[in-house]
This record gives sequence, C-alpha cells and structure tokens, in this order.
Amino acid sequence: MGKLSKKDVEHVAKLANLPLKENEIEKFSKQLSKIVGYVDELNEVDTSKIEPTHQTTGLQSVVRKDKVEIEDCLNQKEALSGSEKVHNGYFVVPAILEGKRRGGKK
Amino acid sequence: MDIPLTIRQTQKALFEKRFSMVELVDAYFARIEKLDKALNSFLTLNKEEAYKKAKKVDGLITDYGKEILKDKPLLGVTVAHKDLFLTKGLRTTAASKVLEYYIPAYSATVVARLNEAGCIILGKTNCDAWAHGASGENSDYGPTINPWGKTYVPGGSSSGSATAVAASFSLIATGTDTGGSVRQPANFCGVYGLKPTYGAVSRYGIVAMASSVDSVGHFARTVSDIEKIFDITKGEDGKDGTVKNSKLKTQNSKLKIGVPKEYFVKGLDKEVEKAVLQATVTFKKKGIEVVGISLPHTKYAISVYYIIQPAEVSSNLSRYDGIRYGNERDAFGDEAKRRIMLGTYVLSSGYYDAYYLKAQKVRTKIIEDFEKVFDPSNGGVDAIIAPVSPTAAFKLGEKSLDPLKMYLADVYTVAANVAGIPGLSVPSGFTRKGLPLGFQLMGPRYSERILFKLGNIYEKATNAKPQVALE
Repeated sequence: MGKLSKKDVEHVAKLANLPLKENEIEKFSKQLSKIVGYVDELNEVDTSKIEPTHQTTGLQSVVRKDKVEIEDCLNQKEALSGSEKVHNGYFVVPAILEGKRRGGKK
Repeated sequence: MDIPLTIRQTQKALFEKRFSMVELVDAYFARIEKLDKALNSFLTLNKEEAYKKAKKVDGLITDYGKEILKDKPLLGVTVAHKDLFLTKGLRTTAASKVLEYYIPAYSATVVARLNEAGCIILGKTNCDAWAHGASGENSDYGPTINPWGKTYVPGGSSSGSATAVAASFSLIATGTDTGGSVRQPANFCGVYGLKPTYGAVSRYGIVAMASSVDSVGHFARTVSDIEKIFDITKGEDGKDGTVKNSKLKTQNSKLKIGVPKEYFVKGLDKEVEKAVLQATVTFKKKGIEVVGISLPHTKYAISVYYIIQPAEVSSNLSRYDGIRYGNERDAFGDEAKRRIMLGTYVLSSGYYDAYYLKAQKVRTKIIEDFEKVFDPSNGGVDAIIAPVSPTAAFKLGEKSLDPLKMYLADVYTVAANVAGIPGLSVPSGFTRKGLPLGFQLMGPRYSERILFKLGNIYEKATNAKPQVALE
C-alpha cells in the first residue's frame, strides 16, 4: 500500500469520470502516493474492537413528511434554467448507447 | 462616513438617522471599489439588489422605528456570502470554473433566514474552489490577499469572507468549516469565526463538500455579533435531516478550560504558542480554572480527515456532469481532481476496508478522547483552548506546490470537524511582523453558549475593540 502507479491513477480517474491529460497522470501519481503514504500511519492505531463512526448527530432514519410543499419545488422553467442544452422542455444528454440500430435499414 | 464596526453601532446610527442605509451601502461599495482590486475578496457584487433592499430598510426604519427589530433583529446588517451559498438570481460559482455561469433558482436556508432577518447581501466572496484548501490559493479566480500583509495568504477556504470582514467590506460574512475553513481564515485575518456544532445549522442550499463534516458558520468582529447571527441561522428547517433543535448547554457554576498537551508540540510557532498561553493566563485571572488535558489521538485526526473528507468529496462532486447546470468535468481544477481521485481510491474495491473503514474507526477513537475530557461525571472541562493553526498567516506560494504540506496546515482544526463539536476562533493581538494572532475554544456538542460566554469574558478582560485592516 501507499503507492499509486500511473495505471492506478488512470483506473481511479476512469471510475470518477474525470478526463486527465498525460502529464497530469504522472503528476497526480506522485502527489497522491505521497498523501496515501502519509495516511498509512493509521495502521499504528489498534481498532480491533472499535465500531466505525459514520456521522456524529446520533439521529437515525430522519424522514420528511410525505407531503408536497409547492414553494419548495422548482417549476419546469426554473429547473431548466441552468442549461443551454434543452429541447422541448427536456435536458439534452450525451448518447450513452452506441452501435447499429436494431431492425436494420428501412 | 466612518463605517460602523458592530451590529449595535450600525443599528444605532441608522435609528439615529446619522446616515441612511443607502448611504451606508454607498460607503461599503466605495471601499470595496477602492481596495478590493488588490485583495480579490469578492467574485460577484450584488449592487442592484443591495440598493433595492437598502431603500426598503430605510422605509422600515422611518415607518416602524426600533419596533421593527423585534421582527428583523439583523436589520441593516450587510453580509457577504461565501460563494458556496446558493443565492437565488445571483451567480454562485463555488470559486470553480465548473459553475462559472451558474445562477441558482433557490437560496440556501441560511441566506433566506439572514435576508428575512433584515440583512443586505453586498456580494459573493472568493474561496478555495469547492472549499478545498487552507490558503485561498486554490480558487479558479485567483487568490485572495491577506489585508494585514499583501504577501500573505488570508487562510482558507473561506478566504474572501474573512478578508471582507477584516477589511470592512461588509459587517458580517458567512463561511463553511469542513476542516477549519472558518476558524483558520478568521485567525489569519484577525476576526471572530464560528464553526457551529455539526447539525446546529442547516446545510440546505450550500454546495456540499464532505457531508459528514461540513458545518455552516460565519465571521464578525465581536462575540456578541457572532452570537446574534447564530441565533438566526441555527435550527431545523425541514430540509436538512442532520439538523436538530437541541437545547444549548449553559453553565452557571465555575467554568473550567482544558489545555491539550498534544496541541503544543513540534512545529508550533513560538509566537502562536505564547499567544494561546497568554490567553490562558487571562482566563485564570478572571477566575476560570485552567487544567492540562490529553487528547491522545490528536495526531491521527489529519489522516482520518484526509480519508473521510475526499471520500465524501468524490461522491458529492460526482453530480457535476455538465447536463443540468454547470460546465463539464474537465473544468475541475487540480485540487478538486486530486480529492476526487483520492476519495475514489479509498472507496474503491480492495482499499475500502484498509482506508475508509479504518479511518471511520479511528474517528471513533478521536470522539472518545473528547467525550472523556468533557465528561461532567469525571470532573471534565467545559471547553478546550488551543491554537488554530501551527503558524500565523503564511506567505503566498509557500505551500501551494506541495498538497500534503498544505493539508498539514489543518492539523489543529480538523479534530473538531471529525468529532462534530463547535469551535470559536478568537483574535488576540499581532505577531512582530504585524500579522494577526489568536486561539480557538472548542466545547462539547451544542455548547456554543459556553464558548460565547468565554469569548465575552476574554473580550472584556483584554478590553478588545473591533479591529479593521487598511484603516
């Protein structure tokens, strides 16, 4: 542990959907290895009988009332206001499916 | 016009009609225009709306007089919001190019509550992009400069907010504190900064950094102002499931403060150490008991934080896909990329147990340390006094090329975030070079009133006056 190869960085960047340039891969590999090497110090702490802490509020399963508060909702215009790539009241997204159309040519 | 330095002074002057709210807003914008080119604390100004609201405030003062303060306790208070706080209709960038053109369709709870209480938004402040940093240098819009020394950083990540209050560009400012991002810039800029208990103030409408440690705080020039703001921002809003209207602790018998030996170790600057120890002497003179304590897992807080925080960052920043709003993911700056990758790595298959789960377990040990020293049934202390940062403000560029070195600057602040407890940053004089010094007070969950009481005692004992840079 404690070292991220260029291959590790490429893998992690792919998982995180983060486009990286070649020179960045090298730079991040060095910097991230140094950080991961530092945090390895936690292995000094005996945690064999310790429960993990996920949050500090002590609250559990907080749910809101199952009721629509209209003033807390965005209308369609507001919801679309952050994007220029809209079409007929929808967001335009990149295509995720590739390849031949089924059913052949018509 | 001499711009007033506290909420009380501001409201007194407005009610005595020494000047109008419009004239006061004029004075703030004139000062910003004159001095902020060199400091870069604002990313967006809110001129049009600020004047609209100022006219409204003047009308309310004429129509209702002081009665209006019952409804609007912060009437006439100018506020600068860290650019992580969503402001309806006003650009919000998180200081990242990803959100360069983002105009929110709604406001954060804290923004809405301060508006309702009578505050006037002057603008949005610079910060480390996505609140990732301890110097302000990670902003995609250029660094903010410390108003007390132009070659020094103002601290971060809430760099612009601390600077804006220190330079009297605004009466108050908001910030977020995920690992010290309110307390440390407050310390570097010589103002008060509050990191509330995790769960005391709603995070709704604030760009999320690391959800289990993010807390929403603010800056001002007196303890009393810090408390007035907290009384407006705190409490349930039905939109953040972690917020609870818990009863705030009070203490009428003799107060006891602990000095943790693990905070006074190698790497702590002598002037900073002296300032904190001097403060303990002041407290003793005022009849407060000061005792030595131990928080043995302090040294691991940085490692715990730099596993849990990037893990949560990588999850929170995954929503920025450039589809519904914002630019695409190649617009992230270097620090955001590092944290996304670090977080993705520690959460990935084969490493989750070794890093993320391990960090969550050591987190438990850090919380147990605090619980032990605060335990009332065991003669525990009411609060802890400690340095905020190992040094006063450091030089621009000093740590920016070495990410790990920058992370280690958070060594004294992250434990409070990991444990979810409140912290108050208190200014206490200057270094020989003229840079602000100070200390922090930390207490058990929901002990803000006790921290304010101690802050008040210190202010009175030292005859502290609200201070402004570049006067």
